[in-house]
Amino acid sequence: MKLPNILAGIFPIILLGVLIGIFLAFGPIGLLKTGFPPVESISFEKVTLEQDVIIIEIINDGPDSVTISQVLVNDAYNLFKTDKQTLNHLERTTIRIDYPWAEGLPLVISVLTDDGLKFEKDIPIATKTPELNLSYLTTFAILGMYVGVMPVFLGLLWLPFLRTLSRRWYDFFLSFTVGLLVFLAIDAFKEAIGLTSQVALVFQGVAVLAIGFFLTLFTLTAISERASIDVTKKGVTEHALRLSYMIALGIGVHNLGEGLAIGSAYSIGEIALGSLLVIGFMMHNLTEGIAIVAPIARQQESQIKHLIQLGLLAGAPTIIGAWIGAFAFSNLAALFFLAVGAGAILHVVVEITKHMKKEDGAIIFTFTNVLGFVVGLLVMYLTGLFVA
Amino acid sequence: MIDGKYAIALVVVFLVAIFMAYLALMSPQEKVEQKTHAIAHLGVEGEYSVNDKFDPYIYLKSWNFNNLPDTERQKYYRETDLSDGTKLREYWFYAQDEKIEIAPGVFYDAWTYNGQVPGPTIRATEGDTIRIYFKNDGSKPHTVHFHGFHEAEMDGAMPDDFINPGENFTYEFFAEPYGLHLYHCHSTPLKDHLARGLYGIYIVDPKQGREPANEMIMLMNGFDTDFDGENDVYAVNTKAFYYVKHPIKVKKGELVRIYVGNMVENDPINSIHIHANFFNEFRTGTSMVPGEYTDIIELGQGERAIIEMRFNNTGMYMFHAHQTEFSELGWMGMFQVESSEDPHEDMVMK
Repeated sequence: MKLPNILAGIFPIILLGVLIGIFLAFGPIGLLKTGFPPVESISFEKVTLEQDVIIIEIINDGPDSVTISQVLVNDAYNLFKTDKQTLNHLERTTIRIDYPWAEGLPLVISVLTDDGLKFEKDIPIATKTPELNLSYLTTFAILGMYVGVMPVFLGLLWLPFLRTLSRRWYDFFLSFTVGLLVFLAIDAFKEAIGLTSQVALVFQGVAVLAIGFFLTLFTLTAISERASIDVTKKGVTEHALRLSYMIALGIGVHNLGEGLAIGSAYSIGEIALGSLLVIGFMMHNLTEGIAIVAPIARQQESQIKHLIQLGLLAGAPTIIGAWIGAFAFSNLAALFFLAVGAGAILHVVVEITKHMKKEDGAIIFTFTNVLGFVVGLLVMYLTGLFVA
Repeated sequence: MIDGKYAIALVVVFLVAIFMAYLALMSPQEKVEQKTHAIAHLGVEGEYSVNDKFDPYIYLKSWNFNNLPDTERQKYYRETDLSDGTKLREYWFYAQDEKIEIAPGVFYDAWTYNGQVPGPTIRATEGDTIRIYFKNDGSKPHTVHFHGFHEAEMDGAMPDDFINPGENFTYEFFAEPYGLHLYHCHSTPLKDHLARGLYGIYIVDPKQGREPANEMIMLMNGFDTDFDGENDVYAVNTKAFYYVKHPIKVKKGELVRIYVGNMVENDPINSIHIHANFFNEFRTGTSMVPGEYTDIIELGQGERAIIEMRFNNTGMYMFHAHQTEFSELGWMGMFQVESSEDPHEDMVMK
């Protein structure tokens, strides 16, 4: 009886194929085609600025073919070179423009199609695109250390202080952590939503956002549901440590996205990283250290090995993110990582509240805890003032 | 409270932090090389289609369809001597939708007179009778509205005057006053009908004539290709940078007369500036006395002027709008001034 079942399963698909065949043969396709002008769409995937040269990579993300006829820089026609002027659906090309662009000034690059449609790319502050060499790798590693790794480690140093606290104030700091994490999740969403308009239409940024977010949130939840059975046997200490690792992982994914944003923004000239911005990120990320160690503060012995691993897990992805962002940036990948980060962080929020409930019984929404949560949001807001 | 290992970790973290700070301070800041002698490679990429009906070089020196062979010309223009010594000049004008090339590879859905932008130049002598047989083969109601004296019924500007697609109208009036005028569509929305290309030059020569010269027609225009209210292409005679690619040949010392009009939409003002030379300007061409001896004139929308000049030296001389934005968006050209001894083909068609 199995074979007929499979047939029943694929029967609708076969029918759909037949229907498409009929539509292609007899359907009113001509009517659909002639009724409207061609839909032209181009997305800029990458802009590289070299000495006196601008290189842009574009993709045709519209349904119809597009012909690139002219190129303008800062509202003036300019000569250019490209291998391919007519692009079919999802075809890419690289355009090279000899132009003495000025360091630190805005740059607008426009592409004019044969139908006279204009597509523009704004570069608020032009700066030379980093080349992949040791010097830049080091620079971005140092930058990542400053922005990601060091602040997280400094934050971990609050552990002895957290240890001295009574249960009530310990819960305050756990709530504080939840506040920080919720803020980070919202921030990641904001960044990701901003990127949805940057990726080519055809790649459906919002769908990628949803997939990354739910995939992470639900997969991690399923993993911890299964793991919690084992942990219950081992006791509270193991549980707390596991929670710290989860927080560190969530923040790590978030920091990967942050690193991507910094590296790419720098490399495509959208921001020139000012020292104030770096300081802002450092203050912002300092709080992430507290979040990581808060669950294990009640445990008496905590091994140095674990602390270092936790710090690296949370902070080091910033460096990797900055490298990827600077040298192999893709808006789509950044969007996906931010969504994954948001999912990971929200999962951690769920885990912390579970942890608090397990230790304290039923009541979570005490005034102390609500205050901790609000203070968490406020601290992120205030340190965020330096980043915006 | 704090065990020994932890204290060591604290110290290590701080030492690393200080070391990083030291590294960052000591690493040499990358200096941006500002010594550059590169220039922007301005201009349009590629060449204009060779089979395009409209050649700005031919347009420069064409009036009353004198660019066409006689048999073909008779379909659009006839002149008949009248008893009082003036002429009856009859024109056949057709409004047509036409895709025109305005920069290499960039095409614009224009509304045209006789398939070209600017429309064919009309040239008469003061007192002549002008009769335009107009048929609208386009997709929108159009008119032909002339600057110059005419009766109200011939104005082509009120809704009653709009000629619907498929319909005809005959405009008739005397050519006066002498000067450099325009004609254009006056259907609404006026801005759209003008921006799309329904305009042309209308020259009325004074009875006594003007001194023989190397004459040329330049109509400054622009095209908003993406319909966002800003022009994307500027030109003189439609095609961006055309006279850079094909410099206008003139002879040193010969009298050059340029009929310049401004039909640019979306921008209130336009100008023409000729390098390394000065010219006499005759605003609207309605006086034989020059207004100013200059190298640049500004023209508002619909304004025009006659320029008379003699090039002092041989060589290549640029001319362009001194609204530099316009010039870098296509309104730029070159004169190639040759020695008067050089044999050069006579571009003036009779």
